[in-house]
Amino acid sequence: MTWADLLFLLPEIVLSIGGCLLLLAPVIGGRNNGVAAKWSMLLLLVATAAAIYVAAGAGIPSLALGTLFVADPFAVFFKLLFVVVIAMITLLSAEFLEDGRYSAWEYYSLMAFALCGMMFMASGTHLISIYVGLELLSLASYILAGYYKNETRSTEAAMKYFVLGATSSGILLYGMSLIYGACGSLHLEAISQAVATMAGNQALIIGVMLLGAGLCFKVAAVPFHVWTPDVYTGAPTPVTAFLSTASKVAAFAIFARIFYMGLHSLEPDWNSIIATVAALSMIVGNLAAVTQTNVKRMLAYSSIAHAGYALLGVLAMSEIGLQGVLIYMLVYAFANIGTWAMVMLLRRREYAGENVDDFDGLHKSAPLYAFAMVVFLLSLGGIPPTAGFIGKYYLFAAAISAGYAWLAVIAVLMSAVSMFYYFRLVVAMYLKDGAAADVIPSRQVRFIVIVCLIATLTLGILPERMIRGAARSIAPIVNLASR
Amino acid sequence: MANYSILLIAFLIVLSVPVLTIFLIAPLVRASRPSKVKLEPYECGVEPASVAFDHRFSVRYFLVAVLFIIFDVETIFLFPWAIRLEQLGWFGAIEMAIFIAILLVGYFYAWKRKVLTWV
Repeated sequence: MTWADLLFLLPEIVLSIGGCLLLLAPVIGGRNNGVAAKWSMLLLLVATAAAIYVAAGAGIPSLALGTLFVADPFAVFFKLLFVVVIAMITLLSAEFLEDGRYSAWEYYSLMAFALCGMMFMASGTHLISIYVGLELLSLASYILAGYYKNETRSTEAAMKYFVLGATSSGILLYGMSLIYGACGSLHLEAISQAVATMAGNQALIIGVMLLGAGLCFKVAAVPFHVWTPDVYTGAPTPVTAFLSTASKVAAFAIFARIFYMGLHSLEPDWNSIIATVAALSMIVGNLAAVTQTNVKRMLAYSSIAHAGYALLGVLAMSEIGLQGVLIYMLVYAFANIGTWAMVMLLRRREYAGENVDDFDGLHKSAPLYAFAMVVFLLSLGGIPPTAGFIGKYYLFAAAISAGYAWLAVIAVLMSAVSMFYYFRLVVAMYLKDGAAADVIPSRQVRFIVIVCLIATLTLGILPERMIRGAARSIAPIVNLASR
Repeated sequence: MANYSILLIAFLIVLSVPVLTIFLIAPLVRASRPSKVKLEPYECGVEPASVAFDHRFSVRYFLVAVLFIIFDVETIFLFPWAIRLEQLGWFGAIEMAIFIAILLVGYFYAWKRKVLTWV
């Protein structure tokens, strides 16, 4: 531990202290003030973003805590994305926290700790530091999922998420222990050197399978997806937005880092498993979404399918594949948060805005927001000129160039299926008349919709900067993998 | 591999001692005179208040138990640290101070939220 370590860890230190202060604020101040909590959280996020820049510019090699932690461009990319996503979710959450029924300070404190966990995941180069980050994120998420503590659905969601999540953490940990047994180290670089000579080692393969199963649970890939619809439907909508974007993106960050940095030379042993999981996720997620009438449930199944697409990038084990994962996570986050913000805009009472009918005739009452929703859905479906097209283009191209043409065919077919159910919403908004749900007068939620709309269109029409950024960010990992 | 099989045999022997004594030898040698008092669940010498499974208890028991677990686990981390304190030096002392400070934040929060006051 040196002073340089503190510099590289600065964002996490800022967040930990900030999270503790947010927790202590209500017991010292004594009032549940949602507005003050929101601004404190936003201030903390600005400080974190500044700390990320300081840590990123603090020199190379950017290792801290021995070699457990690295602040490389790959981690910085994800950390900045996390901060932006959490900032948007802070604004989305403000509305339900400001009426005073639910404690706002604790909510943001949990959000800050979850963010800290995600940052450790993005920076972890050692399975233990990755696991500790993952647990910090998971424990905060379990509580957040049950934040409507008087609603049965929300408590049920938290309970299901906790029981299944704890089980999957156990499986993940068991996988890690088997990998440790086979390789003699938990450090990703040491694992990568050890496995290079160990193809076909039974304990190692079982370890990788269990590790993969735990990770697939976290990204909600079939067959480890059963929790997703219930948890996404029951959790408060801003928390659902958090789970389906931030949490999933963080899980993909470690998925990519573990498989690209640690297990790349074992590819012949795990590629058929990941390929099957990717194919099943795309098929099951999209086909199950077709029959849903609840928008939150439909989007939950669609997020399962999106995990399947993004897995193509992990599977490809190439520069373009990893770049595809990064780009896809970025564009998916904006389109998805925009969609959830729209669900919140149509809210009636605690949960509504959830049925497809609630979107009926929206283009008459709120044409701008109806248009924004169409853009988000097009982006999720992968239609140009939205950002989703760029993401899918990279992932599918990576799959084809890595020899998984059959998976790319499934992906394209299933994208077409996804357009069918996304367009049920478009039909409801533009072709149906009806008592359109009122758009709630929340400026913050409207602001997020507009931000996501602009981001989705800009990243789709002018993607050069995003592509260059992703290319720079993957450099440390690709260099390692090709060594 | 030979070393490990010895370990397994030792484990089985150790396991067989309580199993044999409790389930085989004890029933043979002990006297069996059950009475109503003997078959009652043991509640620290106090007469049982109600049937064990049909009994509501305050959620505060649960909160106190959860808090106990947290500080119990903290002690587990303190033991190896205390043994190595001389080698770790000031670095270790500061590190542990930070660790305890984080726990104290939680303790302070629980205290101020009146988890510890019994109503």
